[in-house]
Amino acid sequence: MSGGDSGAGIIARVRGEPYPALPQDLYIPPDALRVFLEAFEGPLDLLLYLIKRQNLNILDIPVAEITRQYMEYLALMKDLQLALAAEYLVMAAVLAELKSRLLLPRPAAEAGEEDPRAELVRRLQEYERFKTAAEELDALPRLERDIFMASAEAVRAPVKQPPPVSLAELLAAIRGVLQRAELYGHHHIQREPLSVRERMSRILERMDRVRFTAFSALFSIEEGRRGVVVTLLAILELIRESLLELVQTEPFAPIYVRLGKFSAAGEPAPSPSGD
Amino acid sequence: MATPELKIILEAALLAAGEPLSEHRLLALFEEPQRPDGQAIRAALQELARDYDGRGVELAEVAGGFRLQVPPAFAPWVNRLWEERAARYSRALLETLALIAYRQPITRGEIEEVRGVSVSSSVMKTLQERGWIKVLGHRETPGRPALYGTTREFLDYFNLTSLSDLPPLAERRDLDAIGAELERREAWVASPSAAAMPADEVL
Repeated sequence: MSGGDSGAGIIARVRGEPYPALPQDLYIPPDALRVFLEAFEGPLDLLLYLIKRQNLNILDIPVAEITRQYMEYLALMKDLQLALAAEYLVMAAVLAELKSRLLLPRPAAEAGEEDPRAELVRRLQEYERFKTAAEELDALPRLERDIFMASAEAVRAPVKQPPPVSLAELLAAIRGVLQRAELYGHHHIQREPLSVRERMSRILERMDRVRFTAFSALFSIEEGRRGVVVTLLAILELIRESLLELVQTEPFAPIYVRLGKFSAAGEPAPSPSGD
Repeated sequence: MATPELKIILEAALLAAGEPLSEHRLLALFEEPQRPDGQAIRAALQELARDYDGRGVELAEVAGGFRLQVPPAFAPWVNRLWEERAARYSRALLETLALIAYRQPITRGEIEEVRGVSVSSSVMKTLQERGWIKVLGHRETPGRPALYGTTREFLDYFNLTSLSDLPPLAERRDLDAIGAELERREAWVASPSAAAMPADEVL
């Protein structure tokens, strides 16, 4: 917090002691020092650096010495008014606690307790593994830096695939057609009675003449779909009124039409041929 | 014109695609009657790879499929084509990415636990924008933290076919071993008799 120290020439205050100059062993121009300190990726990284700098094994942490150095760095960071993340302060507390526990003689009851350093060692080791993994990841050849996609220009004329049609879509389409057809329905209803009635008369005239004919012979294809439908409706209407009868000798055999028993002719029509 | 050789057709498609092509997509280049089987495709690709021996292009298989690329050996020259050097990624970003790659699915809290420092939102954003990581789901604990994992694009970018191609993580000495070693050194132990006792018999 004492970044703006009033004492001129005091660069740092470590545990209350004013330092007129940066310590000899790490004298680095202040700007560079800032860069250097900002480079740490957190308290574990800083601790690892301190341990490695002295060529020490993580398992050999001299807690008191490392704590002292750690605090020095923290003071420097404060003095340079670097935003000191809370994690650094938490680690300072952890180190202080560790140091105090190591100074105290261990009561017999706690004989089985883990070395207080074990947890810190575990975290340092775990962090170091991933720090190394990150460096190895960075060393992997990667696109845009080490590897470049090979490519060639190609004329783009995408092949158009006809879209697949599902049954549901087909049914929906049919429903739409029927609905639209219904909108025109009443036009037909007005015209239909005339033409169907007329057709009924013609068919009856003809049947009166021939008395017996093949069902298909009553249709004239030249009239087209509408004519066929009108004829069919006329035949069906005549059958409903029992003026005509449909006969078939066996399944799938040709269908014949004859005058109904109650037709105008008044006498029973002959049976289909072969009967 | 006679139908060109299979490997040449594949080469043309790989050059035109601009992204890795899976075997499935390579097969889809052909109309049903002329479609070769997967084995023929792989054989043709092998031949193609041999053809590129000693050339400025190579056939590589990555997670997304096959692609033609300039081998890393040519990077010093090829990179001169671009004024700006390829982006360098911060250690924070790389460490976070490494943790997600090796420990997925992992929460932000778990990343912070190992790194001992909070994970910046900008790092996570950059990783997601690059398409290297994605949210795989949520851990059903208070706060339902997001679980992160790496993507196929991540593998493609780092020239890997699967996560098992990542460099192996350094061995971790387990806690018991660490504890035992510390005890043996007797750096702080007051009573040697206690240290000699195996941990599980104490308590």
